[in-house]
Amino acid sequence: MKKAILGKKVGMTQVFDAEGRAIPVTVIEAGPNVVVQKKTVDNDGYVSIQVGFDDIAERKVVKPLKGHFEKAKVATKRYLRELRLEDTKAYEVGQEIKADVFAVGDKVDISGVSKGKGYAGAIKRHNFHRGPMSHGSKYHRSAGSMGASSDPSRTFKGKKLPGHMGAENTTVQNLEVIKVDPDKNILLVKGGVPGIRGSLVMIKDSVKA
Amino acid sequence: MDLIKYVESTQLRNDLPDFNVGDTVKVHVKVKEGNRERIQVYEGVVLKVQGGGLTETFTVRRISYGIGVERTFPIHSPKIDKVEIVRRGKVRRAKLNYLRGRVGKAAKIKELRTR
Repeated sequence: MKKAILGKKVGMTQVFDAEGRAIPVTVIEAGPNVVVQKKTVDNDGYVSIQVGFDDIAERKVVKPLKGHFEKAKVATKRYLRELRLEDTKAYEVGQEIKADVFAVGDKVDISGVSKGKGYAGAIKRHNFHRGPMSHGSKYHRSAGSMGASSDPSRTFKGKKLPGHMGAENTTVQNLEVIKVDPDKNILLVKGGVPGIRGSLVMIKDSVKA
Repeated sequence: MDLIKYVESTQLRNDLPDFNVGDTVKVHVKVKEGNRERIQVYEGVVLKVQGGGLTETFTVRRISYGIGVERTFPIHSPKIDKVEIVRRGKVRRAKLNYLRGRVGKAAKIKELRTR
């Protein structure tokens, strides 16, 4: 990971490119992030930076965290995340990271917590097919066979069954940056991004680029 | 939602005339052929207007060589050169989908007369 930034998913819309084509984009309020702590090989055994994002009132922060922010002399933040960058020489504690770390045309990967779907059946969760709904059929949306009979006499582990779906860490790879506006902290990315509107997302340079 | 409106505001266009469902319009569309650009005129009845903001679209229906053709344009698309209103229609619904099953006189829309 060479560069990364924390942001908030705002929602989706479309923009027109130079040729007049409509491009679906996700609007992300990216940054400003502030470096709160710098981890070094001497002290921590690896290098990374810890950044804070989204100001909140001081009274909403627990005391140990308040001390942590005071040590770095930065305002209290809602989110604290560690960015394991390959090279942290360019960053100092207290330094701001803005949306302009990315440029138009860059490919990025975006991580977030996907929308929760609750307890979902096998059709929605694993893309199973359903049975006929009529003509005397009593087999509609159930998961089907659990496996073979007396040999092995059990259901194998990992069998795709109904269960909780969504609300898990998800990464979407190789999205194109369409527009960067560091003054308004706006990042436009082509395509969809995990999570509900207002959820935290991490934008990083693409592993495939 | 504010940021979305801000993003869209840079591309919204307000040079198009105010047309409504039921109006007959001429849409001047920019068509690219190789590296040459020309204007194609598409005339028909506005069947419906959908969406809002930058994603707003309108559908124009015309009868071309006896076959009904519908084209949907994004209102704010830079590919639209201009829109001319040929005739204002008097209609009582927001979507004129009932026109699809009709031909000839049955598909006629009364003209809106304003004093």
